[in-house]
Amino acid sequence: MRFAVPVFPGSNCDVDCIKAVKEVLGQPVEAVWHQESDLDRFDAVILPGGFSYGDYLRTGALARFSPVMEGVQKAAEQGKLILGICNGFQVLLEAGLLPGAMRRNDHLQFRCSIQSLRVENNRLPFTLDYRAGEDIRFPIAHGEGNYYCDEETLSRLEANGQIVFRYTGENPNGSVADIAGICNERGNVLGLMPHPERAVLDWMGSEDGRRLFTSMLRYWEGKSDVA
Amino acid sequence: MLPEQTTTVWEPSPEKIQAEGLYRDMGMTDEEFEQVIGHLGRLPNWTEVGIYSVMWSEHCSYKNSKPLLRRFPVEGPHVLQGPGEGAGALDIGNNQAVVFKVESHNHPTAVEPFQGAATGVGGIIRDVFSMGARPVALLNSLRFGTLDSPRVRYLFEQAVAGIAHYGNVVGIPTVGGEVEFDRRYEENPLVNAMCVGIVDHDKLQKGVASGIGNPVIYVGSSTGRDGIHGATFASEELGEDSEEKRPAVQAGDPFMEKLLLEACLELVEKGILIGIQDMGAAGLTCSSAEMAAKGGTGIEMDLDQVPQREKGMTPYEIMLSESQERMLLVVEEGRQDEVRQVLDKWNLPSAVVGRVTGDGRLRLRHGGEIVADIPVNTLVDDAPVYHREQREPAYYRENASARPEEALADQNPAQVLRKVLGSLNVASKRWVYQQYDHMVRTNTAVRPGSDAAVVMLEGTDKALAMCTDGNGRYVYLNPREGGAIAVAEAARNVVCSGARPLGITDCLNFGNPEKPEGFWQLAQAVEGMSEACRFLETPVVGGNVSLYNETRGEAILPTPVVGMVGLIESREHITTQDFRQEGDVLLLLGETRAELGGSVLEQVVTGELSGRPPRLDLEKEKKLQEAVLAAIRQGKVRSAHDLSSGGLAVALAESGFANGLGAEVELDTELAPALFLFSESQSRVLLSVDPQQAEAVQELIASHGIPCRPIGRVAGDRLQIQVNGQQVIDETVAALKAIWEGALPCAMNPSSTN
Amino acid sequence: MYKATIEVRLKPSVLDPQGNAVKGSLHTLGFEEVDSVRIGKTLEVWLKAADEQSAEEQVEAMCKKLLANPVIEQYSFRLEEGA
Repeated sequence: MRFAVPVFPGSNCDVDCIKAVKEVLGQPVEAVWHQESDLDRFDAVILPGGFSYGDYLRTGALARFSPVMEGVQKAAEQGKLILGICNGFQVLLEAGLLPGAMRRNDHLQFRCSIQSLRVENNRLPFTLDYRAGEDIRFPIAHGEGNYYCDEETLSRLEANGQIVFRYTGENPNGSVADIAGICNERGNVLGLMPHPERAVLDWMGSEDGRRLFTSMLRYWEGKSDVA
Repeated sequence: MLPEQTTTVWEPSPEKIQAEGLYRDMGMTDEEFEQVIGHLGRLPNWTEVGIYSVMWSEHCSYKNSKPLLRRFPVEGPHVLQGPGEGAGALDIGNNQAVVFKVESHNHPTAVEPFQGAATGVGGIIRDVFSMGARPVALLNSLRFGTLDSPRVRYLFEQAVAGIAHYGNVVGIPTVGGEVEFDRRYEENPLVNAMCVGIVDHDKLQKGVASGIGNPVIYVGSSTGRDGIHGATFASEELGEDSEEKRPAVQAGDPFMEKLLLEACLELVEKGILIGIQDMGAAGLTCSSAEMAAKGGTGIEMDLDQVPQREKGMTPYEIMLSESQERMLLVVEEGRQDEVRQVLDKWNLPSAVVGRVTGDGRLRLRHGGEIVADIPVNTLVDDAPVYHREQREPAYYRENASARPEEALADQNPAQVLRKVLGSLNVASKRWVYQQYDHMVRTNTAVRPGSDAAVVMLEGTDKALAMCTDGNGRYVYLNPREGGAIAVAEAARNVVCSGARPLGITDCLNFGNPEKPEGFWQLAQAVEGMSEACRFLETPVVGGNVSLYNETRGEAILPTPVVGMVGLIESREHITTQDFRQEGDVLLLLGETRAELGGSVLEQVVTGELSGRPPRLDLEKEKKLQEAVLAAIRQGKVRSAHDLSSGGLAVALAESGFANGLGAEVELDTELAPALFLFSESQSRVLLSVDPQQAEAVQELIASHGIPCRPIGRVAGDRLQIQVNGQQVIDETVAALKAIWEGALPCAMNPSSTN
Repeated sequence: MYKATIEVRLKPSVLDPQGNAVKGSLHTLGFEEVDSVRIGKTLEVWLKAADEQSAEEQVEAMCKKLLANPVIEQYSFRLEEGA
């Protein structure tokens, strides 16, 4: 399974994502400069965290117009796996690949900590290796993770099982319905504020992120076997 | 489209500058002006006076502190780069070096806390990557007034937000540091930022201009009128008009910094650079003059080529601007295009602004005319040096007979433990560090809150431990002892994390050096620090000096901040302060005496600052550190915590917070319980060890000649302490933790009810 | 040459924590009469256009495509000629 990690000016978790894929899966992974639009050679794309274009105007608003996003759009339509972490999630929202928008944290501060989450849907390519309703711990680090969508969208997300992760305990940013991560209807595009790539080794404070990556691989290999 | 200039430029003639003494407004004395005339053999023009005044400011020239700084030990077997470059470098094996430095941004923070603190972080990051190193961690040492003042809350909140913003955007984890509050910092907050980077030996860069004819390239943000004369501003006392000096504070763009960082490291990787230096304090002036001085060359620049953000900037403004996120590069003639390719990829503005010359002069052109022509050595090497007068202050003599211990002996340990844990200098700093991304780059093995932070060295089994330390209260009471303690405690902190201390960087935050009492504090502190560095074999590889931290004649507590880096040989050795296992035996290492001068207990109970600080015996300190490190390396230590502010009682409580573990402790002592429990005697460490190993560890420690006694065990969810058979403390860990965690958020939000 | 002054605000239905924080501070400072505060941003855009109508169309398109996020924001603008 070949992974692409697009690098925008201002991305700063690109290297972390690459390390995590190598560490956990040992699969081929490449950094792809934002000017490149052809992602055909990859099976999955991880949009990394950071501050693309300084997060100027709005988080993710400028990155979504990068050529690489054409490739991401196409990959999503082809059913490849798209994972947007933190700033990557914000880019997916701005690009319209996921519904809703991101606002500043309700307490107005940047927040970095290890957060408890609940896996709300474990039937997705990204969550196969978690138990339904399992409590896990992922690091968070963001100033704008306050997810927003209108009532109608929220009921649709709930009904379709598109709410993938929810904060348990204190909600660190004020997001609607304690949402930490959502996917598209098809289930192949996931955006989440917490950082699974920061929770893959014992000394990191949590290893719960590993299974997000192993899920992706297991799903993809299962799919390829069928095909 | 450049904004139009709003005022006409008017520059006084050289004669007028002399006749009316206009140089004094730039912080230059009459004697210094005469020296300039001597160096040039003529009257300087406005631009030249500006250039001399910033280069000869304390911030750039260390003219007041240089004679003292020579006392620091700067050499050692691991030193690859001592003071004098952007940052120091120490060998850490595997052909790698650790590059690090701490620097102050105190004055800018006092007038515009968000940008002032943010640009402090930006500057120190550039110092590290200008050495060719990849920055891997940030730390911050902060001192503010007490939070009952709304103004201080504003300054503190904004400074923390600024630090967070800058570091988070650039994507370098802020892994540690310290925060202390004291009313003596009310008008002069301290923001000292430290950056740590990693580089391969052969990639280490220098800020040098060599090779006659080679191009000098400007890269980064364009130059505006912000921050003009910042270095001079940083070398003056803050007065009533400081708020109006706001234009001296620059605005930072961390996004630009991130691009600059990646582009410069790419150039380093390609081996294209001859010299590289940050345009920090005194901007283009300092970077060009220093690069030429280090290369034994000259530099000629055409200021019309400098990318400018505003119209009609004068040579004076261009040279003295402290616009942020700019670098000066010297490359081999003919390789400009290779450089341009990299810079274009990162979308960075750049321009060839000059050439290296062989005549040793800094020569500037503007509009086709020569506007400055100065011998480089007179700016850098011939800067004036002052041997200031020292006088032992009266308070120091008076304190000799003060016995703060007497007023504290009868305190009820349980009551004061709550007070101490809830005092802001001991309370959890989570409110601060949760605003910093401390995990980006996924190498942070010990996060903020422990004695030292630990960052893994990628691709190896090794790690770096790092911390900052400096107790202004001790230094005030006895600068020499306090200076030594700052070094010793920093070393002890990295040792408790499993590291061998390697070296330090320091920031000397003091008052006005022209006052003999103030200069005495500085001189004594440097003496104490030097002695400790020599003894503990931790050379000083860089740092900075921030003097004139006074307002209306009242100085801050003299505060040398020590940034220490240590090397952990194996991941297995990484140790934290956290109790891990019920039943583990608690060992107290070192001697406890009735030493509470400058202690947290004194601060909390009487609000005084009196007596003498704890004594430090460097011989014992070194043995203690060797003993602890040996025990950790043998894998026999479950947790290790340095005893510092709040002494044993605080160490016992703090060690239990992470895992909610209590302790049962029995102590025998001739001291009053409160004195024993809250004494801040130096060279002490609390260990928890597997009961099976306890005896072996005791023998090991004893073999180093360090007293070691079992004082109890990790147990349950209560902290229970008996002294001489009497229960003096019996509290749940949860209740103590709530006090400790709640204090700072509560102080920052006084109207809230929680 | 036209100058467009564009204001981007959060939709009234979207919570504005920053505005609320400012309201709180104003109350603390004694401005009890303050009922609510909403924070937005102003952009000044200079553009070339044949006439006012085409300038308006361009700015409208910019707002829709990039300058405002329709999920949470609304915008308005005014044009000045020759600025």
